[in-house]
Amino acid sequence: MALSKILIANRGEIAVRIIRAARELGVRTVQVYSTADADSLAVEMADESIEIGPPPAKKSYLNVEAVLNAAKETGCDSIHPGYGFLAENAEFADAVAAAGMAFVGPSGDVIRRMGDKASARQAAKQAGVPTVPGSDGLIDDLAEAEKLADEIGYPIMIKATAGGGGRGIRIAANAAEFMSLAPQAAAEAEAAFGDGGLYLEKVIERARHIEVQILGDGENFIHCYERECSLQRRRQKVWEEAPSSALTPAVREKLCASAVALAAAVKYKGAGTIEYLYDDQTGDYYFIEMNTRIQVEHPVTESIVGIDLLAEMIRIAGGEPLAIKQDDVKIRGHAIEVRINAEDPANNFMPFPGIVGDLRIPGGPGVRFDHMVYQGYQIPPFYDSLLGKLIVTADTREKAIVRLKRALAELHMGDLKTTTPLFTALANAPEVQAGAVHTKWLEPWLEANADKLAIQQGGA
Amino acid sequence: MSKHEVKAMLPGVFYRKPSPSEPNYKEVGDSVAKGDVIGLIEVMKSFHPVASDADGTITAFTVDNEEAIAPGVTLVEIET
Repeated sequence: MALSKILIANRGEIAVRIIRAARELGVRTVQVYSTADADSLAVEMADESIEIGPPPAKKSYLNVEAVLNAAKETGCDSIHPGYGFLAENAEFADAVAAAGMAFVGPSGDVIRRMGDKASARQAAKQAGVPTVPGSDGLIDDLAEAEKLADEIGYPIMIKATAGGGGRGIRIAANAAEFMSLAPQAAAEAEAAFGDGGLYLEKVIERARHIEVQILGDGENFIHCYERECSLQRRRQKVWEEAPSSALTPAVREKLCASAVALAAAVKYKGAGTIEYLYDDQTGDYYFIEMNTRIQVEHPVTESIVGIDLLAEMIRIAGGEPLAIKQDDVKIRGHAIEVRINAEDPANNFMPFPGIVGDLRIPGGPGVRFDHMVYQGYQIPPFYDSLLGKLIVTADTREKAIVRLKRALAELHMGDLKTTTPLFTALANAPEVQAGAVHTKWLEPWLEANADKLAIQQGGA
Repeated sequence: MSKHEVKAMLPGVFYRKPSPSEPNYKEVGDSVAKGDVIGLIEVMKSFHPVASDADGTITAFTVDNEEAIAPGVTLVEIET
């Protein structure tokens, strides 16, 4: 049954994005908020809003009971988790379903299966998707781990499977390093997760980050082509594009088909992303992980295929079959997204939770700005620094970069420090213009080009 | 003997320990030297150490662990 009222269990720009999609579908929205977000744009825009706790996320946006109670109290029939917070929390998805509401996303079981690195990797292998050479599961025995490390080759990554993000990851350059690092990693995993098992993976030293957007309704599965997110700082994406300029049409079709195979293998329901490392030199690609949620960078995909991914998520959660056929999905043009964060790039990206000053929002052909700001808005210090995403679309990548520079020059937030100057500098960098980048390119470039990261008032 | 206050330089959330499983940096009654870390402030998911700017003995923590703070609020009182 189509959804009629969604609780938005998130904040910031993605909450605004969900409200927009819901409103176009005629679905009412209830925005949850911590006391720090009472004057947020999402609260102002939603049909209703409800307070769920004090500023720290642990006591509000991550408080499962408070979120569920808010949904019940306001008579919602569904909950959209956005990204981050509870979006990939399987127990939360289960609790939403147990409360008789629709979770806008896959089931708790699918989140569990794809959220665990070892079981996700197994699912990928079974679906015929290439994986990074590594251990097929957790290894408890250190001697066995060393033998396997020798077989896989160095450098090798040692990690605890349950460890999210970059936490707890160690890289051993050779066997001697492995023997000193592996016991530390095992002890840490034991302390943190109660399981000292380790997971090993070959380090692909120079790779691009390429991810495929998929949609599924549990029975039908399609891809919406790929995004490239190789420009990263501290493992955080800062600039994303679609399509990737690195793939040949043949590799693109093969890679995207592999993502659909994996989505089908787990009977995926909702919007998801399958992430790969792509090795330019060999043309090989390897599955790294699946994100069972909408992603920050979804607008670049929407911009080139003309599909509203948030609307599709809401329709699917309401029980509608996927209306889009794979043959209907065509790439048109090139899109680039940059993340406008409240950080000072001239001061080592120090967070800058200031007040939005004299605001000028870019516009014109091919420009989209998904954001959470308004003039005079005091940015709360309690959450991530993402203020908005500037997305440009043009016929070609070259034209998209020109358009990006034009749009960045139009964007002003008064004295608030943002990452805008970083993107103007990147758009002017020859390697970026040539698309000759990889996941470890940005950090050394930032060190070498620190002088270019100060505010350039009056445009590029 | 006089009272010194260590104030927050950033808005955010104050933590008295480096991670949930570790003990507090300092307790009431502990002596501190200039530069000693007495807590962390989390601002936009990044953590910044708070160092004492005086030598002395801690007499009070004026905010709780994990409490939301504004810049300029007093975090710790020190008898110098």
